[in-house]
Amino acid sequence: MELVFKNTTGLVSVPRHYCPGCTHGVIHRMVAEVIEELGVRESAVGISPVGCSVIAYNYFNCDMQQAAHGRAPALATGIKRVRPDLTVFTYQGDGDLASIGTAETVQAANRGEKVTVIFVNNAIYGMTGGQMAPTTMPGQVTTTSPAGRDVNHCGYPIRVVELLATLRTPAYLVRVSAHDEVHLVQAKQAIRKAFRYQLEGRCFSFVEVLSICPTNWGLSPAEASQWLANTMIPYYPLGEIKTPDDGPVTEAHHAQ
Amino acid sequence: MPRVLIDSVLCKGCERCVGACPQRILGLSKELNAKGYYPALVLHQPRCIGCCLCAITCPDSAVQVGLNGNQYKLFEY
Repeated sequence: MELVFKNTTGLVSVPRHYCPGCTHGVIHRMVAEVIEELGVRESAVGISPVGCSVIAYNYFNCDMQQAAHGRAPALATGIKRVRPDLTVFTYQGDGDLASIGTAETVQAANRGEKVTVIFVNNAIYGMTGGQMAPTTMPGQVTTTSPAGRDVNHCGYPIRVVELLATLRTPAYLVRVSAHDEVHLVQAKQAIRKAFRYQLEGRCFSFVEVLSICPTNWGLSPAEASQWLANTMIPYYPLGEIKTPDDGPVTEAHHAQ
Repeated sequence: MPRVLIDSVLCKGCERCVGACPQRILGLSKELNAKGYYPALVLHQPRCIGCCLCAITCPDSAVQVGLNGNQYKLFEY
């Protein structure tokens, strides 16, 4: 019997520590599959963040580094500038990239570093027990916002992709979702395109993947997928927000 | 004939594949695995159309899809 869908060699075949239904595992696998398909596994360097995915270095079957909290784009910059022949990607969550690492992310995008950033947005701090993140939805109950996120007190969730789209530097900025199988197929294509742009040496590429956190949202995986589709996608519109072929930023980007 | 191969040791019983299957042929086992989860199970293998959506949606790389013979590729992944 021939295997038409087999496990990628880009991931080490060990059990992963993620909660049941967590989409980190799916996103790990899509990134690893793209690395394998593009034939760059031997020259790929991944940078794992601080957060739930901190021990991603045990799961990816390529060279991995682990950065200080939020500093993965800075580390990626160093690796890519010293060894431009390597394929460098970072894998970060919303507490890492959108909170403590905002400066590194914005500056790396502004310099147009030829690296790929995979940004997993699950609207909550997962590893530390479900505190409010910058990407938490208005009204969402977390352990530090038991009455729901108050936008008068904490502001509105950050749309990182739109934030980076205001920069003049060419970049590939895309938002995809991992909540169901149809969106996963689109997410894989976006990740592949992001790595291609890096391999062509064209631009900074950034893939935001909307993800579910059933444990800290207090929902079953199926309910969490539904909640993401109903609540997060209207606020975080999917699709390519900016490509390197676009000209300078226009008003259309801010219309959402 | 496509065949869904589920690794019951890796499966955590999240039921994402159960919801993803267009033929609704997946379910959960009644027996616990070593980790204490009810792993996914193929209930009616002959109805499988080999779309691989169960494998695409599995967070724990516990599902693989095998094939005897030829089949149309249903979509680009």
